[in-house]
Amino acid sequence: MAKIKGAVVVNIERCKGCNLCVVACPSNVLALNKEANSKGYNYSIMVDPDSCVGCAACAYVCPDACITVYKVRV
Amino acid sequence: MTTNEIISPENLVYTKTKVLNDTPMHYCPGCSHGVVHKLIAEIIEEMDFQDKTIGIAPVGCAVFAYKYLDIDWQQAAHGRAPALATAVKRLLPDRLVFTYQGDGDLAAIGTAETIHAANRGENIAIIFINNGIYGMTGGQMAPTTLLGMKSSTSPNGRTAPLNGNPLDITKLLAQLEGTCYVTRQSVHNVASVRKTKKAIRKAFENSMEGKGTSVVEVVSTCNSGWKLSPAASNDWMVENMFPAYPICDLKDL
Ligand SMILES: Cc1ncc(C[n+]2csc(CCOP(=O)(O)OP(=O)(O)O)c2C)c(N)n1
Ligand code: SF4
Ligand code: SF4
Ligand code: SF4
Ligand SMILES: [Mg+2]
Repeated sequence: MAKIKGAVVVNIERCKGCNLCVVACPSNVLALNKEANSKGYNYSIMVDPDSCVGCAACAYVCPDACITVYKVRV
Repeated sequence: MTTNEIISPENLVYTKTKVLNDTPMHYCPGCSHGVVHKLIAEIIEEMDFQDKTIGIAPVGCAVFAYKYLDIDWQQAAHGRAPALATAVKRLLPDRLVFTYQGDGDLAAIGTAETIHAANRGENIAIIFINNGIYGMTGGQMAPTTLLGMKSSTSPNGRTAPLNGNPLDITKLLAQLEGTCYVTRQSVHNVASVRKTKKAIRKAFENSMEGKGTSVVEVVSTCNSGWKLSPAASNDWMVENMFPAYPICDLKDL
Protein backbone atom coordinates (compact mmCIF):
# COMPACT_ATOMS: atom_id res chain seq x y z
CA MET A 1 0.00 0.00 0.00
CA ALA A 2 1.27 3.45 -0.90
CA LYS A 3 2.31 5.45 2.11
CA ILE A 4 2.64 9.20 2.32
CA LYS A 5 5.75 10.64 3.91
CA GLY A 6 6.36 14.28 4.60
CA ALA A 7 9.04 16.60 5.89
CA VAL A 8 9.15 20.26 6.83
CA VAL A 9 11.89 22.87 6.84
CA VAL A 10 11.53 25.73 9.30
CA ASN A 11 13.13 29.08 8.52
CA ILE A 12 14.87 29.26 11.89
CA GLU A 13 15.69 32.97 11.84
CA ARG A 14 12.13 33.91 10.78
CA CYS A 15 10.47 31.71 13.43
CA LYS A 16 9.13 33.46 16.55
CA GLY A 17 8.49 30.33 18.59
CA CYS A 18 4.76 31.05 18.85
CA ASN A 19 3.97 27.32 19.12
CA LEU A 20 0.93 27.50 16.82
CA CYS A 21 2.43 24.99 14.37
CA VAL A 22 3.15 22.60 17.23
CA VAL A 23 -0.51 22.76 18.31
CA ALA A 24 -1.78 22.45 14.72
CA CYS A 25 0.22 19.34 13.75
CA PRO A 26 -2.09 16.30 13.88
CA SER A 27 0.87 13.90 14.17
CA ASN A 28 2.83 15.60 16.97
CA VAL A 29 5.84 15.99 14.73
CA LEU A 30 6.90 19.42 15.95
CA ALA A 31 8.11 20.98 19.19
CA LEU A 32 9.97 24.13 20.16
CA ASN A 33 13.71 23.61 20.35
CA LYS A 34 15.64 24.16 23.57
CA GLU A 35 18.08 26.20 21.49
CA ALA A 36 17.02 29.70 20.53
CA ASN A 37 17.64 31.63 17.30
CA SER A 38 19.62 34.88 17.21
CA LYS A 39 16.57 36.82 18.39
CA GLY A 40 16.09 34.55 21.40
CA TYR A 41 13.09 32.65 20.07
CA ASN A 42 12.91 28.90 20.67
CA TYR A 43 12.22 27.88 17.10
CA SER A 44 10.12 24.98 15.87
CA ILE A 45 11.84 21.69 14.93
CA MET A 46 10.77 18.21 13.88
CA VAL A 47 11.12 15.97 16.93
CA ASP A 48 9.34 13.01 15.31
CA PRO A 49 10.10 13.36 11.58
CA ASP A 50 8.96 9.81 10.78
CA SER A 51 5.37 10.74 11.67
CA CYS A 52 5.16 13.68 9.26
CA VAL A 53 2.56 13.18 6.50
CA GLY A 54 3.21 16.47 4.72
CA CYS A 55 -0.32 17.76 5.36
CA ALA A 56 0.97 21.36 5.70
CA ALA A 57 -1.34 22.17 8.63
CA CYS A 58 1.66 23.67 10.40
CA ALA A 59 2.49 25.85 7.43
CA TYR A 60 -1.10 27.10 6.93
CA VAL A 61 -1.38 28.39 10.50
CA CYS A 62 2.14 29.82 10.82
CA PRO A 63 1.72 33.62 11.06
CA ASP A 64 5.24 34.22 9.79
CA ALA A 65 5.29 31.90 6.77
CA CYS A 66 8.32 30.07 8.15
CA ILE A 67 7.48 26.52 7.10
CA THR A 68 8.18 24.80 3.79
CA VAL A 69 6.52 21.42 3.32
CA TYR A 70 7.53 18.42 1.20
CA LYS A 71 5.59 15.23 0.55
CA VAL A 72 6.19 11.95 -1.29
CA ARG A 73 4.32 8.73 -1.95
CA VAL A 74 6.52 5.75 -1.04
CA MET B 1 13.15 7.37 2.59
CA THR B 2 15.06 9.76 4.82
CA THR B 3 13.98 13.30 5.65
CA ASN B 4 16.83 14.66 3.58
CA GLU B 5 15.66 12.67 0.56
CA ILE B 6 12.09 13.94 0.94
CA ILE B 7 13.31 17.55 1.10
CA SER B 8 13.71 18.00 -2.62
CA PRO B 9 12.13 20.49 -5.08
CA GLU B 10 9.97 17.87 -6.85
CA ASN B 11 8.27 17.03 -3.54
CA LEU B 12 7.46 20.62 -2.59
CA VAL B 13 3.84 21.16 -1.50
CA TYR B 14 3.94 24.47 0.36
CA THR B 15 6.32 27.38 0.73
CA LYS B 16 6.18 31.10 1.44
CA THR B 17 4.82 33.09 -1.50
CA LYS B 18 7.27 35.56 -3.02
CA VAL B 19 4.69 38.36 -2.75
CA LEU B 20 5.46 38.24 0.98
CA ASN B 21 9.06 39.46 1.08
CA ASP B 22 11.87 38.28 3.37
CA THR B 23 11.65 41.20 5.79
CA PRO B 24 10.75 39.79 9.22
CA MET B 25 7.33 41.06 10.28
CA HIS B 26 7.25 43.15 13.48
CA TYR B 27 4.10 41.46 14.83
CA CYS B 28 4.15 39.69 18.19
CA PRO B 29 4.69 35.91 17.97
CA GLY B 30 1.43 34.21 17.00
CA CYS B 31 -0.42 37.38 15.95
CA SER B 32 -3.33 36.87 13.53
CA HIS B 33 -2.13 39.81 11.41
CA GLY B 34 0.69 37.64 10.04
CA VAL B 35 -1.64 34.88 8.87
CA VAL B 36 -3.87 37.35 7.04
CA HIS B 37 -0.89 39.09 5.41
CA LYS B 38 0.26 35.71 4.17
CA LEU B 39 -3.17 34.86 2.72
CA ILE B 40 -3.47 38.20 0.92
CA ALA B 41 0.01 37.69 -0.55
CA GLU B 42 -0.84 34.16 -1.70
CA ILE B 43 -4.07 35.33 -3.37
CA ILE B 44 -2.29 38.16 -5.19
CA GLU B 45 0.26 35.67 -6.48
CA GLU B 46 -2.43 33.20 -7.56
CA MET B 47 -4.42 35.95 -9.32
CA ASP B 48 -1.18 37.14 -10.96
CA PHE B 49 -1.99 40.66 -9.74
CA GLN B 50 1.30 41.67 -8.11
CA ASP B 51 1.77 44.60 -10.50
CA LYS B 52 -1.87 45.63 -10.36
CA THR B 53 -2.64 45.71 -6.64
CA ILE B 54 -2.66 48.79 -4.42
CA GLY B 55 -3.09 48.16 -0.69
CA ILE B 56 -4.13 50.88 1.74
CA ALA B 57 -2.40 50.40 5.11
CA PRO B 58 -4.05 51.62 8.33
CA VAL B 59 -2.88 53.09 11.59
CA GLY B 60 -2.65 50.30 14.14
CA CYS B 61 -0.32 47.34 14.41
CA ALA B 62 -0.62 46.86 10.64
CA VAL B 63 0.74 50.35 9.92
CA PHE B 64 3.86 48.75 8.42
CA ALA B 65 1.97 46.28 6.20
CA TYR B 66 3.63 48.02 3.25
CA LYS B 67 7.00 46.73 4.38
CA TYR B 68 6.03 43.09 3.91
CA LEU B 69 3.84 42.66 0.83
CA ASP B 70 5.71 43.41 -2.35
CA ILE B 71 2.92 45.41 -4.04
CA ASP B 72 2.10 49.11 -4.29
CA TRP B 73 0.80 50.72 -1.10
CA GLN B 74 -0.54 53.94 0.30
CA GLN B 75 -0.64 54.55 4.03
CA ALA B 76 -3.74 56.35 5.25
CA ALA B 77 -4.33 58.64 8.21
CA HIS B 78 -6.00 56.78 11.09
CA GLY B 79 -9.39 55.43 9.93
CA ARG B 80 -9.26 57.06 6.52
CA ALA B 81 -8.26 54.00 4.48
CA PRO B 82 -11.68 53.61 2.76
CA ALA B 83 -11.61 57.29 1.68
CA LEU B 84 -8.11 56.92 0.27
CA ALA B 85 -9.09 53.64 -1.38
CA THR B 86 -12.05 55.41 -2.98
CA ALA B 87 -9.74 57.96 -4.58
CA VAL B 88 -7.18 55.39 -5.71
CA LYS B 89 -9.77 53.06 -7.23
CA ARG B 90 -11.60 55.86 -9.02
CA LEU B 91 -8.36 57.19 -10.51
CA LEU B 92 -7.03 53.74 -11.40
CA PRO B 93 -10.09 51.52 -11.95
CA ASP B 94 -8.05 48.70 -13.49
CA ARG B 95 -6.17 48.13 -10.22
CA LEU B 96 -7.14 45.85 -7.37
CA VAL B 97 -7.57 48.18 -4.40
CA PHE B 98 -8.05 46.93 -0.86
CA THR B 99 -7.89 48.39 2.63
CA TYR B 100 -6.43 46.53 5.59
CA GLN B 101 -7.81 47.85 8.88
CA GLY B 102 -8.04 47.01 12.56
CA ASP B 103 -11.17 47.43 14.65
CA GLY B 104 -9.99 50.69 16.20
CA ASP B 105 -9.16 52.05 12.76
CA LEU B 106 -12.31 50.83 11.01
CA ALA B 107 -14.96 50.89 13.75
CA ALA B 108 -13.87 53.82 15.96
CA ILE B 109 -12.02 56.72 14.37
CA GLY B 110 -12.87 55.62 10.80
CA THR B 111 -16.55 54.77 11.26
CA ALA B 112 -17.73 57.55 8.95
CA GLU B 113 -15.30 56.72 6.14
CA THR B 114 -16.11 53.02 6.41
CA ILE B 115 -19.87 53.45 6.31
CA HIS B 116 -19.90 56.00 3.52
CA ALA B 117 -17.46 54.14 1.27
CA ALA B 118 -19.54 50.96 1.70
CA ASN B 119 -22.78 52.88 1.21
CA ARG B 120 -21.47 54.38 -2.02
CA GLY B 121 -20.55 50.87 -3.11
CA GLU B 122 -16.96 51.71 -3.95
CA ASN B 123 -15.35 48.84 -5.86
CA ILE B 124 -12.88 48.07 -3.11
CA ALA B 125 -12.28 45.18 -0.72
CA ILE B 126 -12.11 45.94 2.99
CA ILE B 127 -10.11 43.48 5.09
CA PHE B 128 -11.10 44.05 8.71
CA ILE B 129 -8.99 42.56 11.52
CA ASN B 130 -11.23 42.47 14.60
CA ASN B 131 -9.16 41.59 17.66
CA GLY B 132 -11.48 43.46 20.02
CA ILE B 133 -8.79 45.83 21.22
CA TYR B 134 -6.38 48.61 20.30
CA GLY B 135 -3.34 46.37 19.94
CA MET B 136 -0.75 48.92 18.88
CA THR B 137 -1.23 51.47 21.62
CA GLY B 138 -1.27 49.05 24.54
CA GLY B 139 -4.56 47.21 24.68
CA GLN B 140 -7.16 49.94 25.19
CA MET B 141 -10.88 49.22 24.82
CA ALA B 142 -12.19 49.31 21.24
CA PRO B 143 -15.81 49.63 20.07
CA THR B 144 -15.64 45.86 19.45
CA THR B 145 -14.38 44.95 22.96
CA LEU B 146 -16.77 42.39 24.47
CA LEU B 147 -18.93 43.06 27.52
CA GLY B 148 -16.95 41.87 30.53
CA MET B 149 -13.68 41.89 28.57
CA LYS B 150 -10.74 43.48 30.34
CA SER B 151 -8.58 46.04 28.60
CA SER B 152 -6.19 48.69 29.86
CA THR B 153 -9.06 51.22 29.83
CA SER B 154 -11.67 48.77 31.19
CA PRO B 155 -9.56 47.03 33.83
CA ASN B 156 -12.61 45.53 35.54
CA GLY B 157 -14.24 44.50 32.28
CA ARG B 158 -16.42 46.47 29.87
CA THR B 159 -19.92 47.32 31.08
CA ALA B 160 -22.74 48.69 28.93
CA PRO B 161 -23.78 51.53 31.31
CA LEU B 162 -20.24 52.89 31.54
CA ASN B 163 -18.74 51.97 28.15
CA GLY B 164 -21.65 51.34 25.80
CA ASN B 165 -22.37 48.11 23.96
CA PRO B 166 -19.95 46.37 21.59
CA LEU B 167 -20.41 47.53 18.00
CA ASP B 168 -21.06 44.86 15.38
CA ILE B 169 -20.13 47.11 12.49
CA THR B 170 -19.96 44.25 10.01
CA LYS B 171 -23.64 43.53 10.54
CA LEU B 172 -24.32 47.20 9.95
CA LEU B 173 -22.30 47.23 6.72
CA ALA B 174 -24.28 44.25 5.44
CA GLN B 175 -27.44 46.41 5.58
CA LEU B 176 -26.06 48.99 3.17
CA GLU B 177 -27.05 49.08 -0.51
CA GLY B 178 -23.44 49.41 -1.66
CA THR B 179 -22.07 46.19 -0.21
CA CYS B 180 -22.19 43.04 -2.33
CA TYR B 181 -20.34 40.60 -0.08
CA VAL B 182 -19.98 40.77 3.69
CA THR B 183 -18.51 37.85 5.58
CA ARG B 184 -16.97 37.05 8.93
CA GLN B 185 -14.15 34.54 9.14
CA SER B 186 -11.16 33.59 11.33
CA VAL B 187 -7.65 32.14 10.96
CA HIS B 188 -7.18 29.97 14.06
CA ASN B 189 -6.95 26.55 12.38
CA VAL B 190 -6.42 24.99 8.96
CA ALA B 191 -10.10 24.91 7.95
CA SER B 192 -10.67 28.55 8.92
CA VAL B 193 -7.47 29.67 7.17
CA ARG B 194 -8.66 27.99 3.97
CA LYS B 195 -12.13 29.58 4.24
CA THR B 196 -10.70 33.03 4.87
CA LYS B 197 -8.48 32.68 1.83
CA LYS B 198 -11.51 31.86 -0.33
CA ALA B 199 -13.41 34.79 1.15
CA ILE B 200 -10.63 37.31 0.47
CA ARG B 201 -10.23 35.97 -3.05
CA LYS B 202 -13.95 36.44 -3.67
CA ALA B 203 -13.79 39.98 -2.26
CA PHE B 204 -10.90 40.80 -4.59
CA GLU B 205 -12.72 39.31 -7.60
CA ASN B 206 -15.92 41.21 -6.74
CA SER B 207 -14.02 44.48 -6.69
CA MET B 208 -12.49 43.77 -10.13
CA GLU B 209 -15.94 42.86 -11.49
CA GLY B 210 -17.31 46.20 -10.25
CA LYS B 211 -19.90 44.61 -8.00
CA GLY B 212 -19.50 47.08 -5.14
CA THR B 213 -17.87 46.95 -1.73
CA SER B 214 -16.82 43.63 -0.18
CA VAL B 215 -16.05 43.33 3.51
CA VAL B 216 -14.13 40.43 5.02
CA GLU B 217 -13.99 40.62 8.80
CA VAL B 218 -11.40 38.29 10.31
CA VAL B 219 -12.14 37.66 13.98
CA SER B 220 -8.60 37.71 15.31
CA THR B 221 -6.43 37.47 18.39
CA CYS B 222 -4.15 40.02 20.01
CA ASN B 223 -2.33 37.74 22.41
CA SER B 224 -0.20 40.57 23.82
CA GLY B 225 -3.21 42.76 24.53
CA TRP B 226 -5.23 39.84 25.82
CA LYS B 227 -2.30 38.67 27.97
CA LEU B 228 -2.61 35.04 26.89
CA SER B 229 -0.37 32.72 24.90
CA PRO B 230 -1.08 32.54 21.14
CA ALA B 231 -2.73 29.10 21.44
CA ALA B 232 -4.75 30.11 24.53
CA SER B 233 -5.81 33.27 22.68
CA ASN B 234 -7.25 31.17 19.87
CA ASP B 235 -9.23 29.11 22.40
CA TRP B 236 -10.40 32.27 24.17
CA MET B 237 -11.49 33.72 20.83
CA VAL B 238 -13.54 30.65 19.93
CA GLU B 239 -15.21 30.63 23.34
CA ASN B 240 -15.82 34.35 23.79
CA MET B 241 -15.53 36.23 20.48
CA PHE B 242 -17.45 33.79 18.27
CA PRO B 243 -20.75 34.03 20.21
CA ALA B 244 -20.67 37.83 19.79
CA TYR B 245 -19.19 37.78 16.27
CA PRO B 246 -20.44 34.54 14.68
CA ILE B 247 -18.53 33.14 11.72
CA CYS B 248 -20.84 33.30 8.67
CA ASP B 249 -21.62 35.05 5.41
CA LEU B 250 -23.79 38.05 6.24
CA LYS B 251 -24.41 38.95 2.60
CA ASP B 252 -23.47 37.43 -0.73
CA LEU B 253 -25.11 38.91 -3.81
C1 LIG C 1 -5.46 60.52 14.74
C2 LIG C 1 -4.90 59.45 15.67
N1 LIG C 1 -5.55 59.16 16.81
C3 LIG C 1 -5.07 58.18 17.61
C4 LIG C 1 -3.92 57.52 17.30
C5 LIG C 1 -3.40 56.46 18.24
N2 LIG C 1 -3.65 55.11 17.75
C6 LIG C 1 -2.71 54.44 17.05
S1 LIG C 1 -3.18 52.90 16.64
C7 LIG C 1 -4.66 53.11 17.43
C8 LIG C 1 -5.68 52.00 17.49
C9 LIG C 1 -5.31 50.78 16.77
O1 LIG C 1 -6.22 49.76 17.00
P1 LIG C 1 -6.74 48.83 15.86
O2 LIG C 1 -7.19 49.62 14.70
O3 LIG C 1 -7.74 47.91 16.46
O4 LIG C 1 -5.45 48.04 15.35
P2 LIG C 1 -4.62 46.86 16.05
O5 LIG C 1 -3.38 47.49 16.55
O6 LIG C 1 -5.46 46.26 17.14
O7 LIG C 1 -4.39 45.90 14.93
C10 LIG C 1 -4.77 54.37 17.99
C11 LIG C 1 -5.93 54.85 18.76
C12 LIG C 1 -3.26 57.86 16.10
N3 LIG C 1 -2.14 57.24 15.70
N4 LIG C 1 -3.76 58.83 15.31
S1 SF4 D 1 3.24 18.77 7.46
FE1 SF4 D 1 1.52 18.02 8.74
S2 SF4 D 1 2.35 16.22 9.76
FE2 SF4 D 1 4.13 17.32 8.93
S3 SF4 D 1 4.80 18.65 10.63
FE3 SF4 D 1 3.38 19.86 9.42
S4 SF4 D 1 1.37 19.55 10.38
FE4 SF4 D 1 2.74 17.94 11.13
S1 SF4 E 1 4.01 28.75 13.73
FE1 SF4 E 1 5.73 29.62 12.60
S2 SF4 E 1 6.54 31.24 13.91
FE2 SF4 E 1 5.22 29.97 15.18
S3 SF4 E 1 6.62 28.47 16.10
FE3 SF4 E 1 5.80 27.54 14.25
S4 SF4 E 1 7.28 28.02 12.63
FE4 SF4 E 1 7.71 29.38 14.37
S1 SF4 F 1 -0.07 44.01 19.92
FE1 SF4 F 1 -1.64 42.50 19.39
S2 SF4 F 1 -2.34 43.02 17.30
FE2 SF4 F 1 -0.37 44.07 17.69
S3 SF4 F 1 1.21 42.70 16.87
FE3 SF4 F 1 1.00 42.25 19.06
S4 SF4 F 1 -0.50 40.57 19.13
FE4 SF4 F 1 -0.68 41.52 17.10
MG1 LIG G 1 -7.56 45.98 17.09
